[in-house]
Amino acid sequence: MMLRAGDAGVLLAGAGLVAALTVFAWGGGRGDTAVIRAAGQIVQTTALTHAQSFTIDGPLGTTRIEIEPGRARIARDPSPRQLCVKQGWLTQSGQAALCLPNQVSLEIRGRTSTYDTLGY
Amino acid sequence: MTRSAIELPVTADDRRIAWLAALAIGLTLAEAAIPSPVPGVKPGLANIVILLVLLQYGWRAAAWVSALRVLAGGLLLGSLFAPGFWLSAAGALVSLSVLALARHLPGRYFGPVSLSVLAAFGHIGGQLALAGWWLLPSAALIKLLPVFAAAALIFGAVNGVIVARLLAAPAPDKRQSTPCILP
Repeated sequence: MMLRAGDAGVLLAGAGLVAALTVFAWGGGRGDTAVIRAAGQIVQTTALTHAQSFTIDGPLGTTRIEIEPGRARIARDPSPRQLCVKQGWLTQSGQAALCLPNQVSLEIRGRTSTYDTLGY
Repeated sequence: MTRSAIELPVTADDRRIAWLAALAIGLTLAEAAIPSPVPGVKPGLANIVILLVLLQYGWRAAAWVSALRVLAGGLLLGSLFAPGFWLSAAGALVSLSVLALARHLPGRYFGPVSLSVLAAFGHIGGQLALAGWWLLPSAALIKLLPVFAAAALIFGAVNGVIVARLLAAPAPDKRQSTPCILP
């Protein structure tokens, strides 16, 4: 018999350790709050609990931000290169989408913040 | 002119350890040629030999074979006293310590697979502890922990099964297992 009773236990414990390490190392950063800024000033801070959308006015036009449970994105923006729209959904704490031409930014925050401060 | 000869008595034990260490070194060299996506993720084939030695000849012999493997492997790969050598040594040290404890587990329930998995975790644990304390004292290693742990689990289990199969295999032909007589 190749696998004895204790072996299965050791393998299960090992798998549990791997799973715990995965959660510890990779899963800790899910965000729960969205911070929306326009021209550097915070205009909206909202929890990622239910679907809602905001329209923010900037120098170029209107930026539309969509919030869904656990994630947020910039749905529409007048910036020429659409970089912040192409970033898609943000879920992790510390992620941010910046629409520089329209001076609007969307940042995700969690319980633990990855960075003390970010300068754009 | 007087002729003096220093005679070092060589016991059968010494020969056996040297032979097994050569086997482990060979596997170490073969393994160094295998490309790996993440440095440090290796099958650890030499641990098969270490484990077989532990189960058949005891912990002292296993420690000798392991130490010789790390030292000679470092010489042959050109990494003697380089960071990789110390990582290897730290891994072997922790792995052997874990095995020293784990071999007292009741053999009825815990077979070679258990020992192999525990040794593999000891190995990667020792390496990461040294790397985290000495080489990369930053949070960067934490992101790789799951990769290393998963590799230790998988390769440890596979190596353990190989050891179990080798132990269960019928004894080889006696003519082949006699020690070679050196002139």
